[in-house]
Amino acid sequence: MQPDLQTTLCGVRLPNPTVLASGILGLAHEVLVRVAEAGAGAVTTKSISLAPRDGYPNPVVLDWGAGLINAVGLSNPGIEVMVEEIRAAKERLAPLGVPLIASIFADTIYDFGTIARYVSDAVPDLIEVNISCPNVDDRYLRMFAAEPYVAAQVTRRVKQNTDLPVLVKLSPNVTDIVEVAEAVVEAGADGITAVNSLGPGLILDIETCRPLLAHGTGGVSGAALRPIAARCVRDICRAVDVPVVATGGIASGRDAVEMILLGATAVGIGSAVARRGMAVFAQVCQEIESYMARHDYENLAAFRRRALAIVP
Amino acid sequence: MTLPTIARIRHIYDESRTVRSFELDIAMPQAEPGQFVLLWLPGVDEKPMSIANPNPLTLTVMRVGPFSTALHRTRPGDLLGVRGPYGRGFSLCETKSALLVAGGCGAAPLYFLARRAVEQNIPTTVVLGARRANDLIYADRFRALGIELLVATDDGSLGFKGTAVACAIQALANRPTPSLYACGPERMLAALLNLCLQRSIPGQFSVERYMKCGFGLCGQCAIDGLLVCQDGPVLTVEQLKDLHDFGRFRRSATGRKLPVK
Repeated sequence: MQPDLQTTLCGVRLPNPTVLASGILGLAHEVLVRVAEAGAGAVTTKSISLAPRDGYPNPVVLDWGAGLINAVGLSNPGIEVMVEEIRAAKERLAPLGVPLIASIFADTIYDFGTIARYVSDAVPDLIEVNISCPNVDDRYLRMFAAEPYVAAQVTRRVKQNTDLPVLVKLSPNVTDIVEVAEAVVEAGADGITAVNSLGPGLILDIETCRPLLAHGTGGVSGAALRPIAARCVRDICRAVDVPVVATGGIASGRDAVEMILLGATAVGIGSAVARRGMAVFAQVCQEIESYMARHDYENLAAFRRRALAIVP
Repeated sequence: MTLPTIARIRHIYDESRTVRSFELDIAMPQAEPGQFVLLWLPGVDEKPMSIANPNPLTLTVMRVGPFSTALHRTRPGDLLGVRGPYGRGFSLCETKSALLVAGGCGAAPLYFLARRAVEQNIPTTVVLGARRANDLIYADRFRALGIELLVATDDGSLGFKGTAVACAIQALANRPTPSLYACGPERMLAALLNLCLQRSIPGQFSVERYMKCGFGLCGQCAIDGLLVCQDGPVLTVEQLKDLHDFGRFRRSATGRKLPVK
């Protein structure tokens, strides 16, 4: 019997648990559709701001061996353009049964509400609130995910401005991620994406004495992040009762199963696209299926959270 | 791993008033004609550049914006970072004869291709287009290969008076249909694409877009659903014919669409 990979995320049905993570390939609607056709169970746009942003000069992302390091600088064409891309993507994703997640961010708590309202006009299936980019480093502007009460205020403001289900994307760069998770759930978050990239980190070119990223430092993702993401997912799934999209270094069915055993409802895939291409989604699904067949699991619920009772 | 290899500039050649070639002290023997590298000028920026010669690695760059202006200020001995080769290059498979059409700096990757074509004994004609005679680059190198060279200048100061496209149409009139290979401004490529479609000529086009990652991750270089960094930069008539944005829109650093000049 064919194992059933379907999953439901905040009331939205996904044909399989793999989700294109934000920041990867999420600009042109045609490319989002291509990722869905390649097997993703849901696709996420690049993070959208009210105004267009150039981002940082190149290099913005590099594969350093054990993962990626990136400081793209949240480049995006702004909400006006992205609303049209979302509409076009939705129209072509509907027949595939693949939902679309719109990632949003803003410089102020107030603007998070404004952009949530604008993006809701395009009716994405879910909204993901990016409060955890490690690269926005204006002195006065701390990462919103760093403080539980600030994260909660952003969540509340977004919820007041949309009827769509809201995922809040958290940062691993905090002392206690559970505190932040509890605060955003209390403020109305329908789900949590855990986690954003780690860091920021630094890689120096020793010949020129310059950082390899033009921005200097950048978020660390990929394989190096995975064990940290897994610990965060475990902690969050134990503490709060909302669905979690586990993100951070997932590159294989093994990695995806690990996250589901720890309680994840779906798994975000980003950095792995660098090594395995768009085919990674279908490959991960196939690898999950073979695990399920081996263990005689009919569906994901049969093993979701199974490790939580065992892992200390 | 995609960390840049650090290379030293060995020679800098002036090709024209605005074009220089940078010969580095490394080789990229696996590179195919039409593939590109991301060239990092530490502290400035990093941009995709077609490979003019893989050994020693040589890049031919026109001075157009802040990056290329800064690059033109470098001196032999300065350090640059290089990652690549990336993307899909030109294919000479099943090509009986080749017509290469170059506009401006497009001459550089097509020279790399012409050398391969000559090695494989493929009869090759090159149309080299430039605004004026003194903007012409690579003419002597093509001539030294012993292949047919047709020069077109917009002002008629040398060779055919008119565009490279008009010159190519004339060249096609009196010979069996070749495969067409083109690199140059997108308006030129779009005109050549139409020509290929009208006359059922197989064609390959080296396409340029604003790039960030270079390895299929960021989606910045998308034309419709194609990623120029991985599906391209060389795209075929078949790939290009149904694209809405080719010849019409490119993307800025934000990802916003701007009209192709």
